[in-house]
This record gives sequence, structure tokens and C-alpha cells, in this order.
Amino acid sequence: MTELLSNTPGGTLLVFALVVPAAGLMLAFLAGGRAAMRVAFAVVAVQLGLSIAIARAVWDSGAALIYLAGGWRPPLGIALRADGISAAMMVMTAIVLAAVALYARTNFSAATERRADLTFWCLLIALSGAMNAVFLGNDLFNLYVALELLTFVAVPLVCLDGKPATLQAALRYLLFALIGSVLYLLGVALFYGAYAALDITLLRGRIHGEPAAYLAVALMTAGLLAKTALFPLHLWLPPAHADAPPAASAVLSALVVKAKFFLILRLWFALMPTLAEGPGADLLGALGAGAILFGSALALRQARLKLLIAYSTLAQLGYLFLMIPLATGPVNWLFWSAGAWTGGMFQAIAHGFAKAAMFLAAGLMAEVAGHDRIAGLAGIGRALPVATLGFALGGLSLLGVPPSGGFLAKWLLLTASIAEGQWWWAVVMLIGGAMAGGYIFRVLANTLADSPAPLPVAPRGRQYVVLALALCSLALGLLPAGPSALLQIGRVGP
Amino acid sequence: MSADLYGLCGAALVGIGLYGLIVQPHPLRKILAFNILGGGVFLLFGVFARRGAALSLPGDPVPQALLITGLVVSFAATALAVALLLRLAAETGRARLDDE
Repeated sequence: MTELLSNTPGGTLLVFALVVPAAGLMLAFLAGGRAAMRVAFAVVAVQLGLSIAIARAVWDSGAALIYLAGGWRPPLGIALRADGISAAMMVMTAIVLAAVALYARTNFSAATERRADLTFWCLLIALSGAMNAVFLGNDLFNLYVALELLTFVAVPLVCLDGKPATLQAALRYLLFALIGSVLYLLGVALFYGAYAALDITLLRGRIHGEPAAYLAVALMTAGLLAKTALFPLHLWLPPAHADAPPAASAVLSALVVKAKFFLILRLWFALMPTLAEGPGADLLGALGAGAILFGSALALRQARLKLLIAYSTLAQLGYLFLMIPLATGPVNWLFWSAGAWTGGMFQAIAHGFAKAAMFLAAGLMAEVAGHDRIAGLAGIGRALPVATLGFALGGLSLLGVPPSGGFLAKWLLLTASIAEGQWWWAVVMLIGGAMAGGYIFRVLANTLADSPAPLPVAPRGRQYVVLALALCSLALGLLPAGPSALLQIGRVGP
Repeated sequence: MSADLYGLCGAALVGIGLYGLIVQPHPLRKILAFNILGGGVFLLFGVFARRGAALSLPGDPVPQALLITGLVVSFAATALAVALLLRLAAETGRARLDDE
């Protein structure tokens, strides 16, 4: 399937998805204080509308939207491109950011202006732009800049409160991220040196299995694995995600790591489609399997709720990598390749909603209980009934209980692994599901237990935000036909 | 010939930087190693600009443009890392990542 690089109808929408947050960020920074919060709300609302419009345009045209910046054609110009998975990820990102903004209104809007408030709202706007830049980029160097933007947004989010522990977590995160980006940049240099182009679509036509291409992809993948925190490069993730303020943890765990995974998919499926059939794909799958087992086992042992959720992120990221060895072969093999592809993307989206809901719920629980030790959460179920329900529904999606989005994701991956005769991945997925059941049950059993001294009943406003996110994760499983066809649009096969 | 020399220098810098990033425990040394590693990568961009030059031009301008962007990004990253490290040292009196 060849694709022409020229402007398509609706391509202009892609520009707005990048320009709106960039303009909003400058405006918020200048306006300061509570005005920054209002700008953030406006940007998040516009981005939600834009991402839905882009998804609609991709769906209607049945092909990727392309916009050539300034009318210059690659290799000199830079193309923006939105296919089905970009559109789906953009909608998920916009919904999660909107929910997080509503939730954070209480935490980051003190009457007297604090630096953390302004920083948080500016970073939220910047995150919206950086995520979209990753999803829309079709130029490897442009994607490098987007990756760095994400790093510069994510690291300050970790240490918003300025405590020594979070500063350490942020610095460790930054060092891992810098190694990752410089390896990625080295790969970009090799690609330019060997092929004199950086546009993914152009490069795909020029690469014919030369050693330079393999070396470049290996370097870039290694860098991205360090940034995604795939086992065994995960050391920075649990402290960084668990010690950040809840609203920040939610976006870091639900969105930021997904963007890095998204780039790995671009490299392995859009740039060099034959790569996923080789031994490298099995290696990534094996690391994913290791992440599922190791992350789940550590999640079971955690005493603190936010650390448990952070380790569960490690495990759930593992499922994403299982799609790489499974989504090979012709793109229209319904129960093999296409099923695994849809399953992996559903996992990314359903986990995004569920994990945001769980981190926000954990934040509310910590506010009511004054701590987040799982053993001391008795009575929370009565004080925060709606948030506990949201946490439980998000947990069910991680477990893969029908009819959640997580169920659909894991079922599609399981079917693909059996159908392709790679049954060992199925075994790992089933063990991981059982372990997820263990750690989710542990939290629920404690929160639903009766406490000796009843806790005060908390206001419900923010609890409904948690529930809404969990319901999004659940609803994915109920409307599979539309989204799964959308995810196949613009997909490239070997 | 000179392009080959620069290429080898770039490769050596990448190797030294990567080694430093992995084995040096102190964060400041890691930040310096990151800059050496980055310097090696930027040198490679320069080499590719030289090699890809069309007949009448002294060099291909695209890698040079990329290089300048990369420099800005790596400068910002270094500034952020140093700021974090200074803040950590001010809060705890130590600038270390290990918890002993």
C-alpha cells in the first residue's frame, strides 16, 4: 500500500491540535494565577473538540489525514499525519486531560497564587500539545523534539511539591529520559546519513534491510524502552509515578508512557514493517512478559496504594509489548494480525482511562485517610462510595473482566496468540490477570472493611470524575465495532 | 578524509559518554557524560552534512539545522538537570541519588 504525501481534506485540523496548546501555554504563562487555570480549561475543551473532529475526519475519509507544513514536501518539508491509532489516542488523551483538569481544580487553585499552581496548569497545557505532537509527527526528528517536550513536561510534574524524595525521583527520571533521547537522536542521525530523509513514509520506501537501518532502529528502540520503563529498565518509574501529586501521577501513568510506546509502534510497524516478523519482536514480547510477571508480583507486595498502582502500570505496559510479536503478517488477517493490533491499542486506551481513574481515586482516599497505606484504608468505602466504585471498575478493566475495555483487549491478544500458535504469551497473560485480581482485591477488601471510627463523608464532586473515567474504560468494551475499524485505518503492512 | 576523522571522533565521544553515564554514580558526572555523548552525536550530524553535500555546496544544510535544534534541546535538558540537582543539594545537603 503506497500513500501519497500531499495535503488531504481536514489536514488543517492537525495544525490546530498543535497550535492551540502552544498559544494557550504562552497566554497562561503571561496571565498567571487563576487566569492560567481558565486558559487550561479552555485549551483542554478545544482539544477535546478538535480530537473528536479529527477522529471523525479520519473515519469519514477512511484514510490518514496529512498536512504538509508550509506546503513543503518531504524530504525537505515536514508532514503531519493522523491515522486511526493517532486519532484514537488523541481522543483518549483529550478525555483524560479534561477529567484531570476538573479533578485538579480543587488542588491547584489556592486563593493566594502559589508557584505550583501556575506550573501545574502550564504543564497540563504543554502536555496536551506534546502528546499531540507525538501522535501526529511523521518526521523522525520532529518526533525527537516532541519526545523531549514530553520529558520537560513530565519531569517537573513529578516534583511539583519540591520535597527531597520527589526531587530525587525527578532527577532519576530525567537521567533515564536523557539517555533514551540521546540514543533516539543517534538513530535519527544514522537514518539521515544513510537515506537523506527523515519522513517515515519516504524512509519506508527507501529502506531495504541495510545494516544501518537495523542499527538505527535498535538504538532508537533501546532509548524508547528506557523512556517507556519496560522491564528491566523500569527502576525510575515507581518512585516517580507514586510520589507525584495524584493529578500528575494520573497523566504520567495514563498518558506519558503511552506516547513512548506509540513511537515504538511507529518504528516497528510504519517505518520497517518487516521488523516485527524477526527475532527482535520476540525479544520485546519476552521483555513484556517479564514486565507482566515482575510488575504484578511487586504490586502484590506493596504496602502503599500509589506504589501498588505504579507497579501495576509496569505490568500493564507489558501487555502492550505482547502485541508486537502478535500483530505481524498481512494487515487484514482478522483473528491474527488485525485482532492483536486492535487488542494492543485497546489495551493502551482502556489502561489510560482505568489508570487515571485509579490514581485520582487513590488521591481522594489519601486526602480522607491522611495516608495511603493499604492496610489502614478501612472505612474508605463508606466515606468515598463513588470513588471506591470508580477504583473497582478501573481495576476490573485491568483484570480483563467482561464487558470492560480491558477484557476486549486481553481477549483479542489471547485469541491472536492461540491462533498464531504462540501460546506461551497466552499463559503469561492469564497468570498476569490472576495476579492483577490479587492486588485489586487486596485494595478493595481493605477499603470496604468497616472501620472502628467512621471517617467523615467526603463531597462527591470529584468522585464523579473518577467514576466517569472508569466508565469510559468500561464503555470501550461495549462499543467495539466502530473503534476497532477506526484503529485499522492507515495501518501499514509488510 | 577529514570527514572520516570527525566520524571516528564522534564515535569515540559517544562511547566515552555512554560509559560515563552507566558507570559514574554521581549525578553531576552523569550530566557531564550526557553532554559528551550528545557532543558525539552532534559531530556525527556534522559528518553527515559534509558527506551529503551536493557538488557545488560545501555541506548539506539539513543536518546543520537539525544539529542546532538538538543543541538547544540538550542545553535545556542540561539546565533542567542542573537546576534539579542544585535544588536537591539545597534541600538535603547532599547531591546524590542513592539512598544511603
